[in-house]
Amino acid sequence: MPLSVETRDLVRTFKGEKGSVLKALDGVSIAIEEGEIFGLLGPNGAGKTTLIKILSTLLLPTSGEAYVGGFDVAREPGKVRRIISLVSGGETPGYGILTAQENLWFFSQLYGLSSSTAREEIKRLFKDLDFEQYAKTRMSKLSTGYRQRLNLARGMLNNPRILFLDEPTLGLDVMTSKRLRSYIVDWSKRERRGTVLLTTHYMAEADEMCDRVAMIAQGRILACDSPLTLKENLKENVITRLEVSSVSANFDFMEHMPGVVGYSQTRSIQTDTTTLKLMVKDESTMSKILTALKKQDLKILSTSEEEPTLEDVYISLCGRGFEEAEKEAQE
Amino acid sequence: MIRDWVSRNWKVVYARLWVRVKGGNREPEWIVAEMIIPVITLSAYIFMYRMLNAPAMYSGFVILGGTMIAFWVNVLWNMSSQFYWEKETGNLEVYFAAPISRMAILLGMALGGIVNTIVRAASVLIVGVLIFRTPLMLNEPLTAIFMFILTIIALYALGMLFASLFLMYGREAWHTANLLQEPVYFFSGSYFPVFGTAGIPMLVQAVASVIPLTFGLDGIRRVVILGQGIGNVWVDAAALIVFIAILLPLAKVALNFMENLGKKEGRLTLRWQ
Repeated sequence: MPLSVETRDLVRTFKGEKGSVLKALDGVSIAIEEGEIFGLLGPNGAGKTTLIKILSTLLLPTSGEAYVGGFDVAREPGKVRRIISLVSGGETPGYGILTAQENLWFFSQLYGLSSSTAREEIKRLFKDLDFEQYAKTRMSKLSTGYRQRLNLARGMLNNPRILFLDEPTLGLDVMTSKRLRSYIVDWSKRERRGTVLLTTHYMAEADEMCDRVAMIAQGRILACDSPLTLKENLKENVITRLEVSSVSANFDFMEHMPGVVGYSQTRSIQTDTTTLKLMVKDESTMSKILTALKKQDLKILSTSEEEPTLEDVYISLCGRGFEEAEKEAQE
Repeated sequence: MIRDWVSRNWKVVYARLWVRVKGGNREPEWIVAEMIIPVITLSAYIFMYRMLNAPAMYSGFVILGGTMIAFWVNVLWNMSSQFYWEKETGNLEVYFAAPISRMAILLGMALGGIVNTIVRAASVLIVGVLIFRTPLMLNEPLTAIFMFILTIIALYALGMLFASLFLMYGREAWHTANLLQEPVYFFSGSYFPVFGTAGIPMLVQAVASVIPLTFGLDGIRRVVILGQGIGNVWVDAAALIVFIAILLPLAKVALNFMENLGKKEGRLTLRWQ
């Protein structure tokens, strides 16, 4: 199968404060086959957007190589731009004073579409993305969800061979997210129109849409496989969700406890509880943890064993969840 | 291949022009902001000249200055800092990921700005001439049109250069545009003629000579108000041609340079600076 996207040992650094150097990508090598929906999953600051910006010719790599559709992104950016499209979630490119339809016509001209082709494409996209009724509404008057539909429609106008989606459902309601996800899957799989590279930090989104997922943290690819295989690899572990009685519970004792693969925690100030997701190698480790929690006078409010998810894959690789990784990156 | 490239980029020029014209005229508030307020400003100068018993031609100087200054304001606010706004709205990312010449975007912006501003400037000119009954002495209309076209091309070439230089700027673009507005009003002689006027220091005349608008205004005033011809304004015309010959290629070089720098430093689409 020919490759749509390939990176070899890609490195990108940025100048930080006081002359420090921040490594956003640290030797990233991926290969995405034609027609694949490939997900890059990682917390904020993991390097997902940096990678997508390099692949869409908006940023140069510090070292390494990147090819899109067989073209070198650094040396042949013009050829790359002819076959790609980039849709960034949370962005609303366009002009507020123009209607949705007028905005799409304008963007169609950036790809040289003839007036008749543009008209047909725009009509089709309004229909496919289910917002025909807003065609003549000014962009400034559209809700966030419809603006994002407009943004996705813009990205589809040039019928790209490779579609880069950077957090396409960021901040959207459940229904709109679902609509956009199913449209993208239909576009790539049922209509066999192109390859998709999707970045997200929503586990369920990656699980639902992607043929393969690469887990990325601190600019490094930690694992890359189908969601099913990634989860299957965790079957030997015990995954438990625990709710304990205090928001200020201390779980540092688990950091170096033998048998603990990793854990993530969500603290709720309103209910004064902490929900722990634990991954351990065996039941005996679980018992030790429960004993240690009881010693802290914490009440175990509920426990449930769970099937592995992509979040658990990330925990198994990093020892912590997305929230902890994001906090650590901010510090 | 070249034909395809020209056809594709011409569509971009037209589309960007269309956005500017459509967007600029959709809401009628521009009539107040860009026609009535400039006429009030002109009135202040005209009444002042009349109080000082200045020759009637000074009213014409002011009206033509006010007309042409509309183009300078457009170049500053709708050309120079435009890429900054495009960056903030996410449009710049779309432009730079598209297979188009960046100069086509700039040209479309410039032509759209020219179309919009011609309408506004013509309104100011007509209203000003009718209200103040300014005497015009136009013997060579073609020379006037020629000088006007040269001035506009030189001004918008400067705007394209600024737009390229401001590509990576954050809020500084806004401040720089602010910084350039009033001094150019003064040095270009919007409300008084700079060249050859007694009392205008040589230093001011020297600074004025690096601004295309100064030559344009001087030439247009000579032809439209003083009734002079091409023989009298050839120096202004030559200066404008030199400006165009330098500024247009410089804008392209600056744009390429800034784009590459932005891609290297990661500042091309970095916002909230």
